[in-house]
Amino acid sequence: MKGRKLLLDKIGISGIETFEIYKKNGGYRSVEKALKSMSPEDVVEEVKKSGLRGRGGAGFPTGMKWSFLAKPEGVPRYLVCNADESEPGTFKDRYLMEHIPHLLIEGMITSSYALGSNLSFIYIRGEFMWILHILEKAIAEAYNNGYLGKNILGSGYDLDLRVMPGGGAYICGEETALLESLEGKRGNPRMKPPFPAVKGLWGCPTVVNNVESIAAVVPIVNDGGDAYAQIGIGKSTGTKLISACGNLARPGVYEIELGLSVEEFIYGDDWCRGIANGKKIKACVPGGSSVPILPHYLITKTASGENRLMSYESLADGGFLSGSMLGSGGFIAFDEDQCIVRNTWNFARFYSHESCGQCSPCREGTGWMEKVLNRLEHGEGNLRDIELLEEINKKIEGNTICPLGDAAAWPVAAAIRHFRDEFEWHVTNREESQTRNYGLCKEPVTA
Amino acid sequence: MVKVTIDNIEVEVEQGTTILNAARQIGGEVVPPAMCYYSKLPGSGGKCRTCLVEVAAGSSADPRPMPKLVASCSTPVMDGMIVKNKTSDRVHENRGGVVEFLLANHPLDCPVCDQAGECHLQDLGYEHGSQKSRYEEEKRTFEPIDIGDTIKLHMNRCILCYRCVHVADNLTENRVHGVLNRGEQAEISTYIENAIDNDFSGNMIDVCPVGALTDKTFRFKSRVWFLKPMEAERSCNKCSGKAVLWMFGNEIYRVTARKDKYGEVEDIDGKPGWICNDCRFENKEVSKWKILGPRVIDRHSVISQGKYETKIETSTKKIN
Repeated sequence: MKGRKLLLDKIGISGIETFEIYKKNGGYRSVEKALKSMSPEDVVEEVKKSGLRGRGGAGFPTGMKWSFLAKPEGVPRYLVCNADESEPGTFKDRYLMEHIPHLLIEGMITSSYALGSNLSFIYIRGEFMWILHILEKAIAEAYNNGYLGKNILGSGYDLDLRVMPGGGAYICGEETALLESLEGKRGNPRMKPPFPAVKGLWGCPTVVNNVESIAAVVPIVNDGGDAYAQIGIGKSTGTKLISACGNLARPGVYEIELGLSVEEFIYGDDWCRGIANGKKIKACVPGGSSVPILPHYLITKTASGENRLMSYESLADGGFLSGSMLGSGGFIAFDEDQCIVRNTWNFARFYSHESCGQCSPCREGTGWMEKVLNRLEHGEGNLRDIELLEEINKKIEGNTICPLGDAAAWPVAAAIRHFRDEFEWHVTNREESQTRNYGLCKEPVTA
Repeated sequence: MVKVTIDNIEVEVEQGTTILNAARQIGGEVVPPAMCYYSKLPGSGGKCRTCLVEVAAGSSADPRPMPKLVASCSTPVMDGMIVKNKTSDRVHENRGGVVEFLLANHPLDCPVCDQAGECHLQDLGYEHGSQKSRYEEEKRTFEPIDIGDTIKLHMNRCILCYRCVHVADNLTENRVHGVLNRGEQAEISTYIENAIDNDFSGNMIDVCPVGALTDKTFRFKSRVWFLKPMEAERSCNKCSGKAVLWMFGNEIYRVTARKDKYGEVEDIDGKPGWICNDCRFENKEVSKWKILGPRVIDRHSVISQGKYETKIETSTKKIN
């Protein structure tokens, strides 16, 4: 049964953002179940069984991340929710927090109990100020109803929950930069190791999880990890929020069961209903701006001819040569009229603007790529610029402190890999490239 | 104690030592260059990425190679680790890339820069840089500013190593300067045009690996290789009073701390030999100092080639 919803099932209920209606519709069951009948270890065990993978982009198993948390005596532990969603194309967490804030609060309480945190934080990006107010209202309601504060539901477990706004920097979505920012410092990523699970917020063991991962703990505790693991395909279990945007007939936030075919997601009546204005799809970025772009012939089928599915494995099939990543679920579609060079420049501009400037390959490399792409897009490039871009890419990738360098390098590398013709056309037809777009790229002839 | 092999040389070091410091215990060619790491400044390192090395085997317990190059200044060694620095082509290639990045927006104004001759970026560029820059874009520029009455900041030359920030964090009560903005636009600056005014601010000049922070009392006075470094001391109630005088005839042109071959201040009586601003800026008469003798500078700098003792030795060795 495709189309089961675990997170957004109650989204249509009017007044679901209030505690009363949320509770009436089965909300806060997981808190009651966990605090009254389960030990913290039981909750961790259920999350492990569920096979839930981090929904922020990297896809690291959440249960395993939780089990790495160091537990030294007499040292507080923290759970921090990463709500600094700022990847271009990704807006799923925003949708969830705006419409059903209590789901996140509930997940935070259950997860904090599992990890033994008595003070947890939701770090939200500064531009989401109105959502901060929504969350604070929801938290106040939870306090008033005894779900937060001292001795929750008479279980003896205490938890305080705070929402902290960032200053609006993409880099603060990187977990260690987030912790620096939360401590009131400049949001520069830290050197790893030590990892946050050992030395995180104020030097104490800390788990940082994405909004969606924490929300997913609610159905996992309610129905059990095994039931959750039944949904999905292979190691991609459960449901995933996908924020679809670009030239789609019906863009928006969808909750899909992992394993849905990409073709159905793009063209299905329940989902995006195809490309807007009856045009053809030219390319697609399936997981937020930092994952490799796919040309039209690799979107619905993998290089080996199999159907491509919305799952961690299938989207990554073929590695970076012919695959991409599920990432954070920011699904961006481009129709035949879009210019890949311009789009690549746009992404490069974003990463150049958002680099923290701490380590040299990223600071200088992202700015350099942006300038070269700017020239190419505006008809001032040379053929050797394309090789130069590839070179810069290789020198950034893997040589930086945090993944922002990789995230900046991958989209440029993939765009050149699949759309080299279009880049070259921008150089050889400088004037024409300023007035019209290249159109669909050619499919490589397979022998 | 753990055993680690760097460029086929085995060395035994204490647990928790970083790869860079293990290499420094071996010494010589296997030591990776470091632009931001400064052993006397806790918290420094990891940023410039010039010290990247290849780890061919993680440890004897887990001999898998590390997939990425690692920053040797902030990666602790494990027992049985095998590290490749000079012997790795990958390291050579990527370090060249880092140097290209560092030089991309650098003004390359060595002919008028006071740091020339003792500049780590110059050395690095000589060793790893290419003859011609591929960076055709307009370089980012800043106006030079005074950050205090004795220190000049040339942000154009800065490589954002954060060493001066760590000096303020480690040696003074209140840091009034830091990094403003981010990415390519990041710059060292004082808090709303504040002047840096503390007794140890001059050490920022000493730790700066490039010519971004220069001594205003020495600016444009002389090229460093024309000066004779002399070890000297004076009694000082703020610091050890042990310094190096850079002299021309009987005149003191500038005063710096005593630095080792890695450009870091030497330990004096078990503590880093930072000097105070009184010794550095206010006492430039020979009568104020007790001169102990010439200072041997053990630095393989491009411009000091043939000038200082060790270089003469190595070049004669090469001839023989």
